[in-house]
Amino acid sequence: MSILVNENTRVIVQGITGREGQVRTRLMQGYGPKVICGVTPGRGGEETQGLPVFDTVADALKQVGEFDASVVFVPAGFAADAAMEAMDAGIKLVVIVPDRVPLHDVLKLHKFAAERKARFLGPNTLGCLSPGKGVLGMMGGSPDAAREFFMPGRVGVTSRSGGITSSIAYYLKKAGIGASTIVHVGGDSIVGLPHPEILKLFEEDDATDAVVMFGEIGTTQEERVAEMMRRGAFTKPLVAYIGGRQAEEGTRFSHAGAIVEGGRGAYSSKVEALRDAGAVIVESFEELPAETAKVLEGMKK
Amino acid sequence: MARLLEYKAKETLARFGISVPRGEIAGDPESAIATAERIRFPVVLKAQAFITGRAEKGLIHFCKDADEARAAARQVLGRTIGGFPVDTVLIEEKLDISQELFAACIVSDEIPGPLAVFADRGGTGIEQMAQDGKTKLARRPFDPVAGLLPYEARTLAVKCGMEGKQIGAVADFLVKLAKAFLAEEARGLEVNPLAVTKDGRFFALDCHFSVDDYAAGRHPELGIEIAREIGHPPTELEKIAAAYEATDHRGTFYFLELGAGGEKPVGFHGAGGGGSMMSMDALVARGFTAKNFCDTSGNPSAAKVYRAAKHILAQKGIVGYFASGSGVASQEQFHSARGMVKAFREWPLYVPAVIRLGGNKEEVAIGILNEFLADLPIPVEAYGKDNSAEFCAGRLDALVNEHAPLEPYECTPTARSEDAGEEYAFDIRTGTISFDHTICIRCEDKPCIESCHVEILEVVDGKPRLREPADESAHRCTECLACELACFKAGMRSISIKLPIPGFEEYITRRGAR
Ligand code: SF4
Ligand code: SF4
Repeated sequence: MSILVNENTRVIVQGITGREGQVRTRLMQGYGPKVICGVTPGRGGEETQGLPVFDTVADALKQVGEFDASVVFVPAGFAADAAMEAMDAGIKLVVIVPDRVPLHDVLKLHKFAAERKARFLGPNTLGCLSPGKGVLGMMGGSPDAAREFFMPGRVGVTSRSGGITSSIAYYLKKAGIGASTIVHVGGDSIVGLPHPEILKLFEEDDATDAVVMFGEIGTTQEERVAEMMRRGAFTKPLVAYIGGRQAEEGTRFSHAGAIVEGGRGAYSSKVEALRDAGAVIVESFEELPAETAKVLEGMKK
Repeated sequence: MARLLEYKAKETLARFGISVPRGEIAGDPESAIATAERIRFPVVLKAQAFITGRAEKGLIHFCKDADEARAAARQVLGRTIGGFPVDTVLIEEKLDISQELFAACIVSDEIPGPLAVFADRGGTGIEQMAQDGKTKLARRPFDPVAGLLPYEARTLAVKCGMEGKQIGAVADFLVKLAKAFLAEEARGLEVNPLAVTKDGRFFALDCHFSVDDYAAGRHPELGIEIAREIGHPPTELEKIAAAYEATDHRGTFYFLELGAGGEKPVGFHGAGGGGSMMSMDALVARGFTAKNFCDTSGNPSAAKVYRAAKHILAQKGIVGYFASGSGVASQEQFHSARGMVKAFREWPLYVPAVIRLGGNKEEVAIGILNEFLADLPIPVEAYGKDNSAEFCAGRLDALVNEHAPLEPYECTPTARSEDAGEEYAFDIRTGTISFDHTICIRCEDKPCIESCHVEILEVVDGKPRLREPADESAHRCTECLACELACFKAGMRSISIKLPIPGFEEYITRRGAR
């Protein structure tokens, strides 16, 4: 299989009539999966990209049936609200593409999602892409570019930086390594599906043999991944690269943050925790494809 | 994340009913004395700067009379911290303190949600105290909508050994703190120390308040000038950049001066957070220092990238220009290329540049850079996704070793420099496009028409103009700069796209010299 998205995923696009909404709907239509319709309040009854537009998600549901996922392209200040609308209508996966979604909106959304057993990817995400099957969001940009950048295979990719997500997958492809699913968890400190959640999904995915992870300083995501590995909750080989080694540290953490995180968040903390837990740490981005190839080679023996 | 200076943070806490010492700010020694007299000696004079451990660094002074206040103000004002001057002091009444505590609300990504933290000790060194086994520290997640409930706050107080009346007082304080935290959409709000006076009252003696940049627009009351984490009060150039960015919502442009000196300073132009970080790492690994941080991402227009490039070039003392993002961008890369071409020819570029524009349509982007900048007397190398940031930093290193910065020189900009003989002009989203029709009638191929991907230009009587309805056409201009470059390439230079940055030219003139 793959995680989060495959060729049969039924998608609704919120904010489908906006600039980004239209361009990325064309991406999803051209690359897969199945975009069924879109929503823009006040534009119900219109058509765009050959798809019907509805005023609300509930309307769309009534008229065209169930969806597996919603992809949100509305302006940042309205994004959490749009996601809540989708979740309330029963959609279990929402991909929130916009950047600059207010933090407290995301905190409220977390609570809302938990109450409805829904999940969200992002905000500030390129989305996720299973090569040759489909994309939710804007990864690749256009169908042609997506076909050029990504190749199907058995390595899962999860990354906290959008651009780096595509870079990893592309450089792996150049080294002859394909991907099962490529996930950009989102660039913000609080996201719906952080690395540990994505690794849980990769652990259960029979199409994924190993995972490449791009981490960054800040948050406890990578340390929690290390904990999962020690607990045996993630057992597949993991190759990790942590960005921000040279970035100024200290100023970004308050005392309270430091007390609560207890040193987690720093470059060295992440690298040490992951290394101790058995991950392969790559020090320079350039070495990533070769190290991944080695890990895959080792699995064959 | 943007932070509030102490005085602003305390003003905000006071709005939520939290007690803070009586205080006012001053910007020079004389008004510092006047302020201190109003407040009544003894006072505390505190430098307003984003730095911890101010007391040990001589940035906090206790003054019992005007002479001491003058001396303290003189000593503090104008001192530089991390390369940036202190221009404001806070003068406060001195309280009689019997106990120092610690209280904070933060966002934990592990929960994920808001978390209240309380400790029975506070002040400098709280991080060490928290670990020495003698400090009682308690934490508790709270609801992002309902806030910290009074009983939850009392539990925290009791856990940390508060007794009698203090339980209620601490709980009251924590509930208000959480309320301020949620209402102002803070990222972190930390009161340290939380002082208890001899007569049993609670005061926020110092406060660390960081704001969610993405919500800053919803909180004009906080007076945030630049909604970004910067370790210093904003510089003039940063303010110019931020003021411009606030008016142009297409894509992101963010410019930050890094202040501190260092070997081989480079103007840095990144794209996207992760890619920028990786690219800066690559620079540093080659012994460079980034003079600034700049990010143009989220599908910015060519016009926006042009403005960003001008900010980078405007810095004094750089030895190179390095542009690099993730390398495999989903956005079309030629917009950035055109923006840089216009800026580089106009300024003109005086240091070697390595530009890595990898991803969607990179071949077009690289072609543009090579074609339009080949005649500059300083090298510009363009790369795409198949060359890593490390490789590109290595190339810059080689170029910088061979080419010292140039003195200002003559360079033909892509835009027309002279006034038009017969001007045809229209406004676009963030500027104006002006044609000189006396030049256009001599132009045979009229490549500007073809170059416009939104097809808003047409030729009437041998002259290019907007397709009717003109207003609608002008509105559709994406500020891609293709027409100006096409006209320049044809050797005509009839077009001038003016993209003003309010305050920028004035700043350069005032500061002097390119
Ligand atoms: S290319 Fe330049 S000179 Fe020629 S028609 Fe267009 S604007 Fe006029
Ligand atoms: S007129 Fe056309 S070519 Fe010129 S900047 Fe506008 S969109 Fe680009």
